[in-house]
Amino acid sequence: MQKYSDRKYIIGAIIIVIALIYISRLFWIQVVDDKYKLIADRNATRVETLFPARGLIYDRNNNLIVYNMAAYDLMVVPRQLQEFDTVDLCNTLGINVSYLKKKLTKAAGSPRIGSEVLKQISDTLYASLQEKLHKYPGFYVQSRTLRKYPHDAGANVLGYVSEVSKSIASNNSYYRSGDYIGYSGIEKTYEKVLRGQKGVKYNMFDVHNRKMGAYKEGKFDTLPLIGGNLKSTLDIELQKYGELLMKNKIGGIVAIEPSTGEILASVTAPSYSPSTMVGRSRSVTYPILDRDPLKPLYNRATMAPYPPGSTFKMITGLIGLQEGVLKPYHKYSCAGAYYSRGVTVGCHHHVSPIALDKAVQMSCNTYFCHVFRKIIDKPEFGSVEKGLNKWADYVRSFGLGVDLETDLESERKGILPSVKRYNRVYRKGGWSSLTIISISIGQGEISVTPMQLANMTSAIANRGYYYTPHIIKDIAGNGIDKRFKEKRYTKIDSSYFNDVIVGMDLAVNGIPGSGSTATIARIKDVDMCGKTGTAQNPHGDNHSVFVSFAPKDNPKIAIAVLVENAGYGASWAAPIASLMVEKYLNRDIDENRKWLEKRILDKDFISELNSEENE
Amino acid sequence: MKRTSNIFYRLDWVVILIYLLLIFAGWINIYAAVYDEQHNSILDMSMKYGKQLLWIFAALIVGTIVLLIDQRFFPLFSSVIYAFTIALLLAVLVFGKEINGARSWIAIGSFRLQPAEFAKMATLLILAKFMSKPNFSVYKIRDLFKIGMYLVVPFALILLQNDTGSALVYVAFVFVLFREGLPGWVLLTGVGLIILFIISLLFSPIVILISLVLLLLLIYIRISLDKRRSLYVAGSMAFLSATFFIANVYMELQMNNYLMVMFPVALYTPFLLFSFARKKLRSGLFLLLFFWGSVGVNYSVDYVFYNILEEHHRKRINDLLGIESDPLGWGYNVNQSKIAIGSGGFSGKGFLKGTQTKFDFVPEQSTDFIFCTVGEEWGFLGSLFVIGLFVMLMIKIIQIAERQRLAFARIYAYGVLSIIFFHFAVNIGMTIGIVPVIGIPLPFFSYGGSSLWGFTILLFILLNLDASRFELVR
Repeated sequence: MQKYSDRKYIIGAIIIVIALIYISRLFWIQVVDDKYKLIADRNATRVETLFPARGLIYDRNNNLIVYNMAAYDLMVVPRQLQEFDTVDLCNTLGINVSYLKKKLTKAAGSPRIGSEVLKQISDTLYASLQEKLHKYPGFYVQSRTLRKYPHDAGANVLGYVSEVSKSIASNNSYYRSGDYIGYSGIEKTYEKVLRGQKGVKYNMFDVHNRKMGAYKEGKFDTLPLIGGNLKSTLDIELQKYGELLMKNKIGGIVAIEPSTGEILASVTAPSYSPSTMVGRSRSVTYPILDRDPLKPLYNRATMAPYPPGSTFKMITGLIGLQEGVLKPYHKYSCAGAYYSRGVTVGCHHHVSPIALDKAVQMSCNTYFCHVFRKIIDKPEFGSVEKGLNKWADYVRSFGLGVDLETDLESERKGILPSVKRYNRVYRKGGWSSLTIISISIGQGEISVTPMQLANMTSAIANRGYYYTPHIIKDIAGNGIDKRFKEKRYTKIDSSYFNDVIVGMDLAVNGIPGSGSTATIARIKDVDMCGKTGTAQNPHGDNHSVFVSFAPKDNPKIAIAVLVENAGYGASWAAPIASLMVEKYLNRDIDENRKWLEKRILDKDFISELNSEENE
Repeated sequence: MKRTSNIFYRLDWVVILIYLLLIFAGWINIYAAVYDEQHNSILDMSMKYGKQLLWIFAALIVGTIVLLIDQRFFPLFSSVIYAFTIALLLAVLVFGKEINGARSWIAIGSFRLQPAEFAKMATLLILAKFMSKPNFSVYKIRDLFKIGMYLVVPFALILLQNDTGSALVYVAFVFVLFREGLPGWVLLTGVGLIILFIISLLFSPIVILISLVLLLLLIYIRISLDKRRSLYVAGSMAFLSATFFIANVYMELQMNNYLMVMFPVALYTPFLLFSFARKKLRSGLFLLLFFWGSVGVNYSVDYVFYNILEEHHRKRINDLLGIESDPLGWGYNVNQSKIAIGSGGFSGKGFLKGTQTKFDFVPEQSTDFIFCTVGEEWGFLGSLFVIGLFVMLMIKIIQIAERQRLAFARIYAYGVLSIIFFHFAVNIGMTIGIVPVIGIPLPFFSYGGSSLWGFTILLFILLNLDASRFELVR
């Protein structure tokens, strides 16, 4: 057999070759190819996200207005499922079997990961489920927090929280599908403060998906950072009262503290209950609200452009004074209208001639038409275009026609007439101060939001400056952006304000029979200043507008009220503003004024509107 | 010379050292594979690693006993041992206990024995005895037939136990036959068959057929003596085949493409055969044999694959060839095993730090997939060490075999080599996805008393024979 002994080399070679093939293969999968390391990590470790509690929101008097409530989602890990009593589970949960089947089929797509079966189950259901859960391996309960609103007011200001959209989840690295995010209002503007910082925990799992402890002794874990609390400038009682008064009406109220720019109340009507936009009920509520023709989701207080009407007369007067084309003692006579070269601006009957204070008190259109033309046509300006530009500069300095840059999202600038616009409509050189005379009394091409109107009033109350209105006065104990603490001066010297304010005082507190337009707004022992407005508009009856502040010296509140298609300013807006001011200053409504409150509460413009439409 | 006192001096201690290193490394890795926090004492007898330690001690005692037996006992009693083992295999079929779908265990109380692990040794002994007879020759059909009979009996019985892996081990004895003079083409044909089998599964028959025809024509031109004539013959054959094929496809004759291509070749075959025979061109005859053999294999692969192999065999083969995959279903083991080994990196995750190992992602990890633990926790270096130990052991066995003076001892040594090599190649190969999953243990390494004892006896008989190799010429 010695002749075959060389074959030992062949056999040895085969062994060596196989060993070398194996070693190269091992070198490839162990050293060169990183794929397996990643898969092994993915196999055994799973990231658990630790959601921090969302920040709370307090009102200016430290009343809690938004807090968190625990909610429970029932989840399932399909791989861990075993045979179970489907009917019993469905009965416990109060769902039908086909729903459960549908959810389980959907969950089967990701067999090792928890998928939601039933969202936000109630505390009581959770308690009863907890006892039975051991019978259903594969199911578990994940707790989440939901927003809770003890006062159930301020929906449009506070905004709501909802699951992130797909586009946010894919574009923003912080959010994952299923996370919650502030979608509007304060929840949106202050999202970063309120949400806190998510924590992560890397857990290790064995093949049966049993938790086997922390990955690398928790080296990569981070603790969640609890969301920051916010202190709002809102007076929740005032807010609630405003919402109550505006019930069954359309429009908005904004109240500002002039000395700070803090928004005391921001009411839009109609609105909705914030509690209905939480958790599972949102999916029911939202489509209803979205389809409502009265647009309850639309924040009229900050977004709706309205002609300011006569409440704008103070600005016309102030610009006249600043430009020197008007002296407080200048008198114009009014025979019930302003006539000039075929243009007529109607006025109502009142004593004549009158000076500035009385013109404000009685809201004389003629007076302000004269003043306006003197401003626009002031010889020094040289042309009507330059005059209008100058005028617009003054108006903008009151925060009208510009973005106020409040900390509320969905804020609109309103509309100021511009040279460009008139040139387009009337062609260049084809218009004069007379053509655009209606803007002198806040009609025509000018429109502002209730927020801007309130801010304008605040600037008047402060005699020449305002603070940017804001809704948050403290962020997690760190104060707020200093831009909210800076005075924004109007282009009017503070010395000119007195005569206008006297007029506003007279409008409310003038002796009976003297022609005061807003005596209904009078509050006992409060020196309240105000101005009515009855804004003509293309959408129906006049809007009832009222701006006021109180007290006259060291004002505590400036307010603007607008009720759509409600008629005279004095009929609805003035009493509402007056009641709001009384509520804020005195915390209560005087017995003698309960009738007025009742009159407001009983009024239902919305039903009237609907019945008119049905006729 | 008193052999009882001196055999230990003549033992090959290098082999024993490798053996001890392998069983120790195996034990450590079994500990890691089944480790859990509650039972972390390596001596805990309720756990596999505790039991394995017991098997190791028992194996060492058994090994020592084997060394003390007189070497003449083994050829003398090989028939008895073989008969006894066959009886055991039969007994398993009747009284056996079924675990994981294989009826391979005889249970006596809590003690379980797997006779297949000992059958290898018994079969090898009787083969060595038979092949070492002076008038034995692998060229005698009778002798080959007898060898076949010795092999087929345990092979069939183990197959009946549904333990395909342990049965396939007997194929490895072809190495022994090769060393003892089996012609080389038998091995090559075997390799060729495997390659053709794989190619047949990967490519469509018509592609393979056209390739074969082209190969045939090219080689024919190459070996032909009359080049001009051969070009003419080959050209006309190719033309006919192509015409038939194209006609069939474009004129929609509804004939089998396979037959259309084959028909002209079949037509020419008698002519070629005649011309090769006349010119005594042996390579031409081989060419025709190779061609028709390949066509036959190709044609029958589908039949073998779908009718003889079982569903799980098909899936394992498909998974390996990348034809089908199901990493969460039947491909789970191999996939997780590759992940475990691949994630080990160059130097491994460290002892007891492997996540795949610790969290039970790889099934059967202490037995058939023990190499995963090595790969994951000890990395490429650890794998290299283990493969290195096996290669050293096998080279050492070749060395031992070649220094034997008795054919019995040499044949026995090559048998041991064949068995260890087959286990090594198949076991490690399947954990890294090179060989289809065949459930056989890694020698000396995997958990299990029967396997450890079987291999210990196998190896220690060899050590005994080797140590006693001078006795007969004293």
